[in-house]
Amino acid sequence: METTAVEYVVFALCAVIVLAGAFGVIWFRNPVQAALSLVATLFGVAVLFLNMNAQFLAAVQVIVYTGAIVVLILFVIMLLGVDVEEDLEEEPLVGQRVIALVIAAGVAGLVVAGVTLGGADLVSGARSVTGSIVDDVSNIEQIGRLLFTEYVFALEITAVLLTIAVIAAVVMSRRPSEVEPLPAENASMEPPEPMEPEAEEVFD
Amino acid sequence: MLLNQFLLLAAVLFCIGVYGVLTRRNGVMVLMSIELILNAVNINLIAFGTYLSDATGQAFALFIIAVAAAEVGVGLAIVLMLFRNRRSIDIDAVDQLKG
Repeated sequence: METTAVEYVVFALCAVIVLAGAFGVIWFRNPVQAALSLVATLFGVAVLFLNMNAQFLAAVQVIVYTGAIVVLILFVIMLLGVDVEEDLEEEPLVGQRVIALVIAAGVAGLVVAGVTLGGADLVSGARSVTGSIVDDVSNIEQIGRLLFTEYVFALEITAVLLTIAVIAAVVMSRRPSEVEPLPAENASMEPPEPMEPEAEEVFD
Repeated sequence: MLLNQFLLLAAVLFCIGVYGVLTRRNGVMVLMSIELILNAVNINLIAFGTYLSDATGQAFALFIIAVAAAEVGVGLAIVLMLFRNRRSIDIDAVDQLKG
C-alpha cells in the first residue's frame, strides 16, 4: 500500500495532538483539566484509526471512550468534589518521581531503539488466513464476520465480563442501608437501641 | 502505510501513561493514565492489523475497548468506596494491608 502525503500530514497533526493531550494528563494539577486533555488524546487516536482504515474502531473510540468513559470519570470527579489541585511538588515517597521518569524514559528508549534498529524485518510471521482485509467488503462487515465466527467465545466471555462489571459497580457504589458499623468490644453489654453519635466517639 | 511511526507514537504514549500511573496520587488520575496505556496498545494492534491487511487486530482492539470500559466502571466504584470510607482518594494513603 502506497503512503500518500495526506497520510503523513494527518499522522503528524494527530501525533502532536495525542502527545500534547497525554502530557496534559500527567501535567495538569486540576483533574478536570486533565480529563479534558484526555478527551483531546482520545479524539486524536480516533483520527489515527481513520488514517489506518479502521472506520468502525474510530466510531467506537469516540462513542465509548469520549462518550462514556470520560463522562464517567468527569462525573466521579464532580461527585466527589475532589477537583482540587494536587500538589505535584510534594513527594510522598522519596525519589518516586525521579525513578518513574527513569523507568518511563528507559522503556521508551528501548522500544524506540527496537523499532528504529529493527529495520525492514521488524514485522515477521505469517499472514492470517482467517481475517484478511478485502477492499471491496466494508470494514464493519469484516469485523462482524470475524467476531461471530473465529472469536465468538471471546465475544460471549466479554459479554459476561461486562455484566459482572456492571453488577459489581452497582453493588459497590450502593450506599449500604442495612449494614451497621462494627460494634465496639463491649457493645453486647449495651441495650439494643442504636447508639448516639456522641456515644460512638467514646468507644473509639 | 506508515508502520514504524505509529509504533513509535504508541511507545511514547505508553510511557507517558506509565509515568502517570507511577507518580499520580489521585485515584481518578491513575485510572486516566491507564486509559492512555490501553490506547497505546490499541494503536499498535490496529497498525499491525492494517500493515498485515488483517482484520484480527481490529477485533482485538474492540475487545480491549470493552475490557477498558469494564475496568473503568469497577475502578471508579472502588474510588467511590475509598472516598466514602476515608474522605480522600489519595491512593498512597491506602496502606492498611501493609504488614
